[in-house]
Amino acid sequence: MNNEFFMNFVYIISSVLFAFGLKFLGSPVSARRGNMLSSLGMFLAVLATLCSGHIISFQWILIGIIIGASLGALVAFKAAMTQMPQMIALLHGCGALASVFVGWTAYQVHGVRDLTNAITLFLSIVIGGLTVTGSGIAWGKLSEKITGKPILFTGQKWLNGAIMTAILILGIMFIINPARYDLFLIILGLSLFFGIFMVIPIGGADMPVVISVLNSYSGVVACTTGFVIHNTLLIVVGSLVGANGMILSIIMCKAMNRSIANVLFGAFGSVVKKTGTDEKKEAKSISVEDAFLILENAKSVVIIPGYGMAVAQAQHAVRELSELLEGNGCDVKYAIHPVAGRMPGHMNVLLAEANIPYDQLMEMDAINPLMETVDVAIVIGANDVVNPASRHDKSSPIYGMPIINADKAKSVFVLKRSMATGFAGIENELFYYDNCRMIFGDAKQTLQALVAEFKSSQHR
Amino acid sequence: MELIYLLFILALSVFLGFALISRVPPLLHTPLMSEANAICGIIIIGALIAAGAEANSPLTIILGTSAVALAAFNVVGGYLVTERMLKMFKKKS
Repeated sequence: MNNEFFMNFVYIISSVLFAFGLKFLGSPVSARRGNMLSSLGMFLAVLATLCSGHIISFQWILIGIIIGASLGALVAFKAAMTQMPQMIALLHGCGALASVFVGWTAYQVHGVRDLTNAITLFLSIVIGGLTVTGSGIAWGKLSEKITGKPILFTGQKWLNGAIMTAILILGIMFIINPARYDLFLIILGLSLFFGIFMVIPIGGADMPVVISVLNSYSGVVACTTGFVIHNTLLIVVGSLVGANGMILSIIMCKAMNRSIANVLFGAFGSVVKKTGTDEKKEAKSISVEDAFLILENAKSVVIIPGYGMAVAQAQHAVRELSELLEGNGCDVKYAIHPVAGRMPGHMNVLLAEANIPYDQLMEMDAINPLMETVDVAIVIGANDVVNPASRHDKSSPIYGMPIINADKAKSVFVLKRSMATGFAGIENELFYYDNCRMIFGDAKQTLQALVAEFKSSQHR
Repeated sequence: MELIYLLFILALSVFLGFALISRVPPLLHTPLMSEANAICGIIIIGALIAAGAEANSPLTIILGTSAVALAAFNVVGGYLVTERMLKMFKKKS
C-alpha cells in the first residue's frame, strides 16, 4: 500500500513536469529547458514504476529497454531534418503499437473485469490498431516508399464503410461477451486493415493533417489504455497528446480552408479537374543575371519556401543568398505558410537547421499586411499557398484558403522546375501577373547562381 | 466511483492540454510534435508492469517485452530528436 502511494505521488510530480515541458515550448528561449524537465518527469515515472513492487522479474524489461533505447538513439541522431515527418510518423506508430500490446497483455492476464473495462479495451485496440498501420502507410508515403499520390479504387468508400460497420458490430458483441478471444483478435485485425485504407487515399500535401490526426490518436490510445489498466498518469499524458494532435489538425485544416472530414475522406487533388485554362497566357521568365540586378537594388526581400525547397535541399543556398542580401543593406524575411511542407512547422525546422535565425521567420498573418511594402518576393518550391485565385475565384478548388500575398510585392520571382501545377492540380494565376517572373530550373542551382553573381559583383 | 474519478482527471487534462498547446507558436510545431511523441512513450510504465509481472505465458512475455522496447524507442527517440531540433533554433546574434 505504501509503495502504491509512493508511486502515485511520483506520478503527480511527473504530470506536473510534463505540463511544464509543454508550457516552456511556448517560446524558443525556454523550449530546451522544457524538454529537459519533461524527460526528467519520464525518468521519475519509470523509476517509481520499477520500485513499486508490481515488478517481479527484470530480465525482459532490461532486454526491451536496451533494444528500444539504442534504436531510438540511433534513429534520433541519424535522421536528417528533411526526414523528420517520416520519423514522427514512425514514432506515432510505435507508441500506438506499444499501447495495443499493453492492452492485449492486460486482457490476456486479467481478462475483462467490468463493462467500462470492456469498452475501453475495445476502443484501445481499434484506435491503436488503425493508428499503427495508418502511421505505417504515412511513413511509407513520406519517405516515398509508397507513391505520394492518392491511391483510389472503385468501391473504396463502401469497403471502408463495411469495415467500420463490421468493427462496430463485432465490438458490441465483444462488449456483451468479453470472454470471446476470437472476437478480440478479429477486431484487432480489422482495425489494422482499416488503418491502411484510411491513409492510402490521402495525398502527399495533405500529410500535415494526417500526421496531426495520427498524433491525436496515439494520445487517445494511451488514454484509453490508461482506463484499461487503471493508470492515472497514462490518462493525463494521453489527454495532453490527444489535445495536441487535435489542435494541430484544426490549425492545419484552417490553413487549407477545409474540414477534417474533407481531408480524410475527400481525396483532394485527384477529383479536381483542370479549370480556367480558357485563355492561354504567357508566363514571363527572367534570367539569373537580370534577377540579380533587381535583387541588388532591393531594400526588402521576402522568401516564401515550400516543400519544393526541401526536395531540392536548397535551404543552405537560401541562407547564403539571404546573408549576401543583408550584407547589401537589404531586409530579408521568410514567410511561412502553416501547411508548407509535409508536417506542421516543417519549414521552420529546415531553415533553423540552415542557421537562419528564428526571428527572421514570420507567420503568414504577420507578414501579409507588410507585403505591399516589399520589393521582391521570392517563391521557392511553393505553389498553391501563393495562388491569388483563392482570394477572388469562387470556382477555384482552393477558394477561401488563406495564402501568403506574394503578388502584392513589387516584384515576384518564382523558382520552379517547370510550369507544372501544384498539389491541387490547378493553374497558379500568380505566374501570369505583370509583376511576376519565373526563374526555371532546379531551385538549389538557381540560388547558387544568384549567390555567384553577388560574389562576382563584390569583387568588381 | 473509480470511473468517475478517472473521468474527472480526463476532463481536466484535456482542458490543460488545450490551454498549454494553443500557446505554442507555429515556429515550434515540429518539436512540439516530437515532444508529444516522447511523452506518449509514457505507455512504458504500463509496458513495464506488463513485462515484469509474474509471467504466465510466452505470449505475455513477447507482448510485454515488445511493448517495453517500442515505448523505450518512443521515449528516447522522441526526447533526443526534440533536443536536436531545439538546439538549432537560434536568435540573430
